[in-house]
Amino acid sequence: MGVDTVLWSKLVTGMTLGFHMIFATIGVGIPLMIAIAELCGIRKQDAHYTLMAKRWARGFVISVAVGVVTGTAISLQLALVWPNFMKLAGNVIALPLFMEVFAFFFEAIFLGIYLYTWDRFKNPYIHWLLTIPIVAGAGMSAVFITTVNGFMNQPGGFEMQDGQFTAVNPVQAMLNTATFSKVFHVLSSAYLTGAALLAGIAAFTMLRKGVTGYHKKALKLMMTVVLLFGALNTLAGDESAKFLAEHQPEKLAAGEWHFETQSGADLILLGWLHAEQKIEGALHLPKMLSFLAFGNFNATVTGLNEFPPDERPPLIIHYFFDLMAGIGFALLGISVLYFLFAFWKKRNEHNKWLLRLIAAGAPLAFLGVELGWFFAELGRQPWILRGYMRVEEAATTSPSVRLLFFLFLLLYVVLGAVSVLVLRRLFNHNPAETEMEKWARRADEKRTGEGAHT
Amino acid sequence: MSYDLIGISVLWLFLYGYLIVASIDYGAGFFAFYARLTKQDPLINRLISRYLSPVWEITNVFFVFFYIGMIGFFPDTAYYYGSALLVPGSIAIVLLAVRGSFYAFENYGSKNNIVYLFLYGASGLLIPASLSVALALSEGGFILKQEQTVSLDYRALLTNPLSWSIVGLAIASVLFISACFLAFYASRAEDRAALKLMRTYALFWSTPTIIIALTAFIYLGQHNERHYQNMMDLWWLLALSVAFFMMAMWLLYRGRRYGLAFVCVMLQFLCAFFAYGIGQYPYILDPYITIQGGVTSSAMGFALVVVFFGGMCLLIPSLILVFKLFLFDADYVKGKK
Repeated sequence: MGVDTVLWSKLVTGMTLGFHMIFATIGVGIPLMIAIAELCGIRKQDAHYTLMAKRWARGFVISVAVGVVTGTAISLQLALVWPNFMKLAGNVIALPLFMEVFAFFFEAIFLGIYLYTWDRFKNPYIHWLLTIPIVAGAGMSAVFITTVNGFMNQPGGFEMQDGQFTAVNPVQAMLNTATFSKVFHVLSSAYLTGAALLAGIAAFTMLRKGVTGYHKKALKLMMTVVLLFGALNTLAGDESAKFLAEHQPEKLAAGEWHFETQSGADLILLGWLHAEQKIEGALHLPKMLSFLAFGNFNATVTGLNEFPPDERPPLIIHYFFDLMAGIGFALLGISVLYFLFAFWKKRNEHNKWLLRLIAAGAPLAFLGVELGWFFAELGRQPWILRGYMRVEEAATTSPSVRLLFFLFLLLYVVLGAVSVLVLRRLFNHNPAETEMEKWARRADEKRTGEGAHT
Repeated sequence: MSYDLIGISVLWLFLYGYLIVASIDYGAGFFAFYARLTKQDPLINRLISRYLSPVWEITNVFFVFFYIGMIGFFPDTAYYYGSALLVPGSIAIVLLAVRGSFYAFENYGSKNNIVYLFLYGASGLLIPASLSVALALSEGGFILKQEQTVSLDYRALLTNPLSWSIVGLAIASVLFISACFLAFYASRAEDRAALKLMRTYALFWSTPTIIIALTAFIYLGQHNERHYQNMMDLWWLLALSVAFFMMAMWLLYRGRRYGLAFVCVMLQFLCAFFAYGIGQYPYILDPYITIQGGVTSSAMGFALVVVFFGGMCLLIPSLILVFKLFLFDADYVKGKK
């Protein structure tokens, strides 16, 4: 068993997850936005919102397709690349995986119905009701999968005997100590990112083609959601940090470059490492780490040196953590700024610089999600199942995994490129305004046609 | 009934479900491409996309469901098949990815792209071919275990007539099942031209299907005597299968009751599939995994069964809704909605 094979196994899985994460986040976040827009359209009798729901749903299908294929890939790779992990953990995590498939099945069925039944019901609320199982199915998929990740961080619900799990309690394993904070953070960040993406698109279009009623409404609606979930997401992040301080102190310590156990610990922002654990150029916020970790400025925070060297996560995750948190605050700040401008009449909330900020928020949100996951996954190293199984014990022994890395790289490059191309063609050739006009004309024709009959 | 039996029965039933819905899908891909080559595409492509577009994700989930359920009930399968199938499994993932994305992209202009249509058609044949390899592996003799490592003996696999006949059977039956279903769908849509074409395809692929099935059966006898004997003991199931096949042929030939003909085809495969599955009992992977030896703990088995029934209570009404809206709503089928 070469180290090489383990490294390539990590790379294949990291790449697949990194790519899947973009589409999984869209898959969880966007359905809620579609549901909100359609409901607004029905209640306000405003066709702009209905058009929004339609256009977003159309774009959503493309990303769902890529999400489904990469999701299938990662589920198969679990067994193909990590057979020893699945052999051991399969006894416990199969239940949430099984439930995830059901949740996704449920979502897929109703998504199919939703897309093909826009004009089939007389009462518009019936069509809107179809979004509920889609939002719920997508959300529950995320919940179930996140419990698996929680289990890898905080294994529980079994006893270990001779390298085998006995007395398995799968429900207890799902409700491990990591589950609550992780699920909360994953859901809040997915909705935040979905809204930031759609707001960013509206801002970007307005920058290029001028301010229009349709995009103004889309922007305002989505900025409201960004504000709400930005705030919730900050709360979720705080919850996660407090969880780490209590249950997984080595991850927090590595993320904060906190080496010696001490009370009233400083929070270290950015900086770089010189020689052994000597930090330079960093911003120190006195006693803030203790406050973040326990809500008490004088609390004692466990340092990384308490752990044996071969059980310490890589120190690079410090940057991931700082950038992720920074992006989270930036998104919240942008939405606050937008509403300040909107309420303070002298300022125009559609001025170029604000729109540019909002447009930049979309890629930043995705970067934040990626950084968060890399922080979470690298922060668990060297364990695949914390305290029970190391990553190198879990990997496949087949050297072909190196070749497969390049095969999958090619696949993801092609999939990514084609979906961008298709999305561009879909929306650039068919701007919202022209579609709106076409729609109005058709509705007019229908009305006059009916008028002629009576 | 113990959890191992419940588990394997449910999984086998789901695999059968996948066999039917996926065959329809895969075969349709090939026919769409073939019709394009022979310039008959205006006849059937609208019909194909009308049925397939709303249901493709459902098809995919059938497969993931089977696979996750397998690992859940029998975790050892992840270790053996996972280690052995790294390369073929990854190739199947890539093919599934190409195909899955086709559905999303084809609605938006790449429909007329011949390269993409070719990939769609080719993946429709290659995916069942690569997935059916797992069935050949379960017969034993292809997976090698040395101390702690499990690997696949490619030479043995590629030179064995049994594995090739299973692949051939997979491809032929995909085309046969798909043609029968599309003939039925065309008859519902009252699309005479498409019906005529699909009926011809169905009749054409019936003979190869039955011949390759017999061939595979004979090679099975040479490769795994135990499995062959068990299946011979279930001769009545095999006989039923052949009887349903004859009935389907007769209906198709007479050109009526296409719905009933398709049901007969489904029953034909149901009987054969279960004869094969029951004959393999108690092995999942000969000789390493038996269902009794490989089953998960009873707490897990219980939880999985509970979730399964809970899930079914949600899914069956929703599936009925889909079928009502897209399959049995005559106006939708005819393209009026």
